[in-house]
Amino acid sequence: MKDNKMMKENDISKIIKSYAGVLIFAALFIGVVTLFPERKEIIVNESSKYFIEMLLIIPAVMLSIGLFSVWVSKEQTSKYLGKESGIKGALISIIIGSLPTGPLYMSFPIASSLLKKGASMLSIVVFLGACACLKIPQGLVELKFMGLKFMAIRWSFSILLIILMGYIIERVIDVKK
Amino acid sequence: MAIDFLILNLLVLVALGISFFKSKEKTSKVVKIAFKSLVNTAPYIIITIVIIGIMQGFIPNRLIAEYLGEKSGISGILLASLIGAILYIPAFVSFPLVASLIEKGASVMIGAAFITSLTMIGFTSMPLEIKEFGIKFTAMRNISSFIAAILIAVIMGVLI
Repeated sequence: MKDNKMMKENDISKIIKSYAGVLIFAALFIGVVTLFPERKEIIVNESSKYFIEMLLIIPAVMLSIGLFSVWVSKEQTSKYLGKESGIKGALISIIIGSLPTGPLYMSFPIASSLLKKGASMLSIVVFLGACACLKIPQGLVELKFMGLKFMAIRWSFSILLIILMGYIIERVIDVKK
Repeated sequence: MAIDFLILNLLVLVALGISFFKSKEKTSKVVKIAFKSLVNTAPYIIITIVIIGIMQGFIPNRLIAEYLGEKSGISGILLASLIGAILYIPAFVSFPLVASLIEKGASVMIGAAFITSLTMIGFTSMPLEIKEFGIKFTAMRNISSFIAAILIAVIMGVLI
């Protein structure tokens, strides 16, 4: 209970801080544009170009986060993670890791509790890797800005390397705990 | 060009429609969560866009091409991976940032290295990782992620 309340206060102060950051950057933007009128056009043009592109994609990204977190619960995901071992477990870990479960630091406690429940080291490493660099909502933004070819190559080789990392770390570190 | 994310938006809308059809309650929760994550990410998006704009206005293409372009080779990849490992930027905004750098002459492989190390390595979250998994695991995971960033960059360079 207490923890929960503290978390919320922490969240709010974080949001306030980030919006203070926005004000600072807005001031910087206005300052730069007024001080260097000859660069105004290019700066305003480029910013608004990227702003519009973000605007077109962000609602879909946020709604997909909402959809996943409501229809796919954390309990469901962790039930499937760690049940299977070997390459099948690794593939399931990738799928679950790519669902929006929050930022990477949120996945450490999840992964560690799964490890204690008997998930394999391979699954854990693969899950963390997928959580970090293979998120579906972020993938929408990647597709928009980097294109399909970039995304396809990056995703497929990331998957290969993450699984390889998992096998190596599993070899080196015993799961005694 | 606009077609792809028209389809994307449509897909999400259809999913939202199905969700609404199945449960109104859950769907209002969906919208609430979506709004909350928008509130959380919006500052980063705005700040990144300002940075992109100012960067486009002031940093000459020549400079970007020199340090992050095709010719910068392995030192450019190492630099990008290192910066990515230290920085903490949400992946959402790293993609437009990298796209704008590429537009100014940075190479695609360096962009890939940056994105990989940025997302896989967390300097700021290392204390938490050590607490949950120990130093050995954390060191191994982060070092191998760094190597993975470099490998992905090289593969990208060969394939694109």
